[in-house]
Amino acid sequence: MMIENLLLSITMAIAAGLIGCFVVMRRMALAADALSHVALPGIGVALALHMHPIFGATAMLFFGALLVWTVEGKVGVATEALIGVLFSTALAVGSLMMNSREELVAALFGGTGVLAWPEILFGLVAATLVVVFVTTQRGSLVVMLVSPDLARTAGVNVRRLSLFYLQIFALTIALGLRYLGVLLMGALIIIPAVTAKRLAKNLTGMLLTAALAAVAATIAGTWLASYLHRETGPVIVTVAACIFLLSFLRR
Amino acid sequence: MDHVLEVNHLSVRFGEVEVLSDLSFDVAKGSSLAVIGPNGAGKTVLFQSLIGSLPFEGAIRWAPDVRIGYVPQKLDLDRDVPITGMDFLRARSPLMRGAKGEIADALDLVGLSTQLSQKTIGMLSGGQFQRLLLAFALLGDPSVLLLDEPTAGIDEPGQRQMNELIHRLQEVRKLTVLFISHELTVVNRYAANVLCLGRRRVCFGTPRKILTRDLLDEIYGTPVGYHVHDD
Repeated sequence: MMIENLLLSITMAIAAGLIGCFVVMRRMALAADALSHVALPGIGVALALHMHPIFGATAMLFFGALLVWTVEGKVGVATEALIGVLFSTALAVGSLMMNSREELVAALFGGTGVLAWPEILFGLVAATLVVVFVTTQRGSLVVMLVSPDLARTAGVNVRRLSLFYLQIFALTIALGLRYLGVLLMGALIIIPAVTAKRLAKNLTGMLLTAALAAVAATIAGTWLASYLHRETGPVIVTVAACIFLLSFLRR
Repeated sequence: MDHVLEVNHLSVRFGEVEVLSDLSFDVAKGSSLAVIGPNGAGKTVLFQSLIGSLPFEGAIRWAPDVRIGYVPQKLDLDRDVPITGMDFLRARSPLMRGAKGEIADALDLVGLSTQLSQKTIGMLSGGQFQRLLLAFALLGDPSVLLLDEPTAGIDEPGQRQMNELIHRLQEVRKLTVLFISHELTVVNRYAANVLCLGRRRVCFGTPRKILTRDLLDEIYGTPVGYHVHDD
């Protein structure tokens, strides 16, 4: 079981690092962080139905991403306020649906339950999807980032790409819930990407640096957590933040 | 004459505000059209509806095989993103047809060195960034260029170079050019027709017809101090 766990956490970290680059460059860090909160009621429903929590969480995250996408397309809607109200409420309602404190802590900060084969399969397939999406669509994502109008004239279907991007982002959050929970997965997506943005001199450099920083934080954090007898998620995020601080030593 | 673009009764509305109303004009193949008018008259909105970025009423008809190269107005971009000029140009290559050497050719045409293209886009000066945007627009072998203030933020000699470059490209590649400009001298020199979006009225015609003191004063709502000399 150790090998599967390691493999799953590495692929999850690579996915988080890669998608994080575009989240950070599109200046969606805060909205993205809040989106992860909608996973909690999904976990609650799945637990009540005796399903694997990952599937409930993923369904709710897809729904949340669809909501962000719909609001993005409307002119004159206060996206920030809507996200602030809706996603925080999801966190509150989701918390009420948990059956015990242990369950709540695991959902919020990540916990190491038994790793079942549907989850391993889901994780590997999802991580592969994220990596394939970012590597094949990076050109279109860059042009869309510089100017959606420019992307349109270059033949990019901007609305469709935005939808795919948000769904892939939701999938990345779902991947990390086991390790980092609803509250901290956003941090593993954002912190390595911000670190990479500081260090890299071009796009490929940023993608590689972010993936590497996320993997390093995940492996070191997991090991350190078991050594210190702490929850895994908070240790991983702390290690990621330390790597970010170390990046200031350069230059 | 062959038309590349026909616009009929175009209206664009943002909620209650009608930014463009009942606009009609057409653009002949290989010609150049200047769009002028005061700030807030809807020049950029017109371009955005022409490329299909905004919902509109009326009809916009492009010739069937048209390929558009677009240079947008100043962009709201994080200056420290690690995207180089080359990353940006390469981003288009999977989306376009044409040869591999196209990026090198485009850089050469706009006068950007390979060395400059390795810098991140936030490190480029205003003029260099405009050249990069023009290089991007030239990829994919466009037949029409839409230029939204292509020389904004460039120094005087740079502006002249850029205008000459666009004019030369137009002649060599037989391009149709639509450009937004506040430089009436440039409009007078390069445009075959002028579309002018005023606060109260819209007019369309040759520079000689449009660029008269009375009409300009009326359109800008303030004395402009420009007219075409009769020489």
